[in-house]
Amino acid sequence: MDVAIIGIGLHRFGRSPELSGMQQGAAAVRAALADAGLTWKDMQFAYGGSQDAGNADALTNELGLTGLQFTNIWNGCATGGSSLHAACSAIKSGEYDIGVVVGFDKHPRGAFNPQPSEWGLDEWYGETGMMLTTQFFALKTQRYMHDHGITEDALIRVSEKAFLNGSLTPTAWRQQPLSYDEIANSAMVSDPLRKYMFCSPAEGGAALIVCSPEKARQLTSKPLFIKAAAVRTRHYGSFEVFAPSQAMDVADAPTVTASKAAFELAGIGPEDVDVMQLQDTDSGTEIIHMAENGFCEHGEQEKLLREGATGIHGRLPINTDGGCLANGEPVGASGLRQVYEICVQLRGEGGARQVPNQPRVGYTHVYGAPGLSGVNIITK
Amino acid sequence: MTQQIPIHEGLFSWPASKPQLLGSRCRHCAEAAFPAQPDCRSCGSRETDIVELGDRGTLWTWTIQTFMPKQPYHSDETEQTFTPYGVGYVEMPGGVRVESRLQQNTPEQLQIGMPMQLQIVPFRNHEDGSQLMTFCFTAVEE
Repeated sequence: MDVAIIGIGLHRFGRSPELSGMQQGAAAVRAALADAGLTWKDMQFAYGGSQDAGNADALTNELGLTGLQFTNIWNGCATGGSSLHAACSAIKSGEYDIGVVVGFDKHPRGAFNPQPSEWGLDEWYGETGMMLTTQFFALKTQRYMHDHGITEDALIRVSEKAFLNGSLTPTAWRQQPLSYDEIANSAMVSDPLRKYMFCSPAEGGAALIVCSPEKARQLTSKPLFIKAAAVRTRHYGSFEVFAPSQAMDVADAPTVTASKAAFELAGIGPEDVDVMQLQDTDSGTEIIHMAENGFCEHGEQEKLLREGATGIHGRLPINTDGGCLANGEPVGASGLRQVYEICVQLRGEGGARQVPNQPRVGYTHVYGAPGLSGVNIITK
Repeated sequence: MTQQIPIHEGLFSWPASKPQLLGSRCRHCAEAAFPAQPDCRSCGSRETDIVELGDRGTLWTWTIQTFMPKQPYHSDETEQTFTPYGVGYVEMPGGVRVESRLQQNTPEQLQIGMPMQLQIVPFRNHEDGSQLMTFCFTAVEE
């Protein structure tokens, strides 16, 4: 059974000093309800989460104490994907037929500073300066470039596309396109990744109204359908963040298994996808994720990027709203922003960033610490 | 002379004429881990032994930390005195890749596949006046 998406809402990403993270989540829910033509009282259940902006169920203080079932979800970067997965299960079980999924966040400026004890690690690992996500993505990208013949040109082109797409997206944080040279000459942060190749922690909110297909037929003429929602964690041997050691035999990343599971659930393959959102915490990981999600072979990215295949008018349009690079990463909201953008594209409401030829199949993918991945496949 | 103590017990054999990294190996599947842990991440067995992982390896991947990390990073440095440091995974003869600070801190000095030597070096001064020692790797001639 499919689950329908009948309302989508976003509070713009970036910095909103006048609003708490929770208020940005509430704004996203209100926007999603308005989009669906419904009210908060119509919601039977909610799943939601944030990393740094409070318990999602406190949103009821803003939206109304209606007594609905509200479950807080916290699952790192896959918080949004896990909330959506839980909502799909609630509807498929038959217990409920309409509800809301919400994610929001508000992080301090600068890189994240996770604490070793929260990740099952001893203090020395953090004290000696090895517990940084930026380092991990650089280490993984460095090895990937070595193994698969990827050059700095590809890293630059990913960022160039991201900021171009961001400039076409009214809700994006970064709205200025950056030239190839500006990116190539930006400061080296963690070799091989430069300043304009990393996303930053940010703020924002995103929400979706989901329901059973029967309910969708009553309520809207333009439903979208979730064909698959899959979340997977790491295997022994996959190269992951916050790992003082790694096994010698490298296993598939959790992205590979989540992607395969999602394609199996949906009964389609990567060749059937028209538009995709792939986690781009940095330009290196977007390149890696293109292959890990099955959209190309390892090493093929260099040529695809040079040809512009991943642009809005290319044959593999990736991160049409500028992705994490142009929107920043409010962890709780980021995964649902991806779903929001896919819905915009499938509805044909992308305006200046609309993928041509009426895309019918969309794909979203998140990856995060300490090695988990969430994939959704959405169709008209 | 200032007393020197390891930043954490059980990471390396020290003081010793040839300090070694210490890890654990599973009695059942023989997979190694660093630091040593009582449970095997590969097969789930709880029977592991502490083993020496060696003192030389090859560089598997690397990067350079150019900005001073926020807390939990805890060194004696300030924003003004911070020196960029290398970080990499070093493939050890004990059969595991270990993440480590590297003495080299420019791209010109680092290359995947190069041989690396374990060193035990001072990291920061402890509040009680002693000096905390940590492990790192440095590039060596073959």
